[in-house]
Amino acid sequence: MKLLVCVSKTPETTTKIQLTSDGTEIDRSGVQYIMNPYDEWYALVRALELKESAGGTVTILNVGPADNDPIIRKGLAIGADDAVRIDVSDEKDSLYTARQIAEFARGKDYDLILFGKETISYNGSEVGAMVAEFLDLPYVGDAIHLEVDGTSATVTRDIEGGEEVIEVQTPLALSAAKGMAEQRIPNMRGIMMAKRKPLEVVQPVDFPDTTRIAAYHKPEEKGSVKLIDPENMDELVRLLHEEAKVI
Amino acid sequence: MVLVYAEATNGEFRKVAQEVTVYGKKTADVLGTECHAVVLGNTPGAEALGKYGASKVHRVTGPQLEKFDAAVYTVALSEAAKKLGATVVVLPHNSTGKNVTGRLAARLEAGSVAGANSVPMMKDGYFTVTKPVFSGKAFADVQLLTDVKVISLAGNSIPVVESGAEAPVEELSLELPEPKTRVVKHQVATGRVPLPEAELVVSGGRGLKGPENWSVIEELAEALGATTACSRPVADSDWRPHHEHVGQTGVAIRPNLYIAAGISGAIQHLAGVNNSKTIVVINKDPEAPFFKAADYGVVGDLFEVLPRLTEAVKKYKGQ
Repeated sequence: MKLLVCVSKTPETTTKIQLTSDGTEIDRSGVQYIMNPYDEWYALVRALELKESAGGTVTILNVGPADNDPIIRKGLAIGADDAVRIDVSDEKDSLYTARQIAEFARGKDYDLILFGKETISYNGSEVGAMVAEFLDLPYVGDAIHLEVDGTSATVTRDIEGGEEVIEVQTPLALSAAKGMAEQRIPNMRGIMMAKRKPLEVVQPVDFPDTTRIAAYHKPEEKGSVKLIDPENMDELVRLLHEEAKVI
Repeated sequence: MVLVYAEATNGEFRKVAQEVTVYGKKTADVLGTECHAVVLGNTPGAEALGKYGASKVHRVTGPQLEKFDAAVYTVALSEAAKKLGATVVVLPHNSTGKNVTGRLAARLEAGSVAGANSVPMMKDGYFTVTKPVFSGKAFADVQLLTDVKVISLAGNSIPVVESGAEAPVEELSLELPEPKTRVVKHQVATGRVPLPEAELVVSGGRGLKGPENWSVIEELAEALGATTACSRPVADSDWRPHHEHVGQTGVAIRPNLYIAAGISGAIQHLAGVNNSKTIVVINKDPEAPFFKAADYGVVGDLFEVLPRLTEAVKKYKGQ
């Protein structure tokens, strides 16, 4: 089975997001970056499990600058066979990113192209669906379970208040959510081997920007908390009704 | 024209459809144009979308639409948009939207914003939409630079108000492909409102000490008519199902009321819930960081406070 796992770089989950003084940019100084958790914990690990049971190769693909190489190497240390980075220095939007992935993957006969269900930075859930459209592949978003038997895949996806089970033939694109696999920690042998695995750098294709982020804002600060006597929950109910007007 | 995809929920046009229609109408007002709705399938009651701002409803039917397939739905919506000359297409940012929005934007080569939480503005000459980013730790003003634009709207972002009368429903005939996916099981729990749509949420953390104690959470949720949720350690310990996990790597929610009991308020948890309108934190540790993000705080033992709050809610509801 030929598997492609698309991964993004995101700020580490405990990062406090700060803005530059003019509010047009995220202040990147001191921010620690990781592989987007959904990409690493679920998409990559499930791809490795499928390779381990059915044979094949797992390739990691990232669209980004050379700074992303340590994150890609981590994916190789967890067990991917090789990696490709499409060399894009600026942060680009989902359509641009998807176009690069689709142009790279086109004609390479991947059986499965896996994504995390969203990045924890832009939370769009769009790139996987866009790639599927560009390559005319079926797509299942927010997949929590995946079995592949030959060219037949059975995918369970999260829906509001429940789940849906889908049968589909490969090739297929999907995005992985919690439940798909369990996080793996790279071991020393994996880390050593990752240094020798191939990481190819390819040039992007030209594609115009379709969106632009003009400014960022921080959420409004909450006023100080109003403490309620734990003996007097009638008072809390009264405030929720009369002051907050939420019940 | 602004075209909204009004999705039926379990055979009815409910909140999801109403919200996108209200949003579409407000977007149309900004652009000085009309809002139309498109519905896929034969769900009755489509004319009522007029009350939320659609001046016309276009109905697309066909056996290909009976079960959900992202590629088929995408063709239906993109062909409808092209045929009707829509310049903005609005979808819900729910499980359907997450499967379709990206495909649709790619097919239309449209700039898109997924998970918008406010009505578009014309700002510095650009069509600009604001959305939460970094899992709610910040917001971004996104300019859409293409002639055709695609927006998916986060749930609970806009109040549903009726503004008009029923709208005419017209059949729209489109060529649709056969689905490549086959839905073999569709299972939805009845009763509770799903978390992403919930207006009232009661959530428990490690302070509950174990799954056997969850009745105090469930009883309060029952009294309020709220949906239950939990923190990540609770889901990771399998005390509660994963789909109840709210936070940065779980479900991001924006209810009117979020009651958190026995949750300390790690930054990853706050990221997923801090867009809630009102936050109540119940914790025995007065130093719990969550109190800094709360509107109302109760410092006390949740095993005493929650049943007392449940009684107070019942008393209030009984009035």
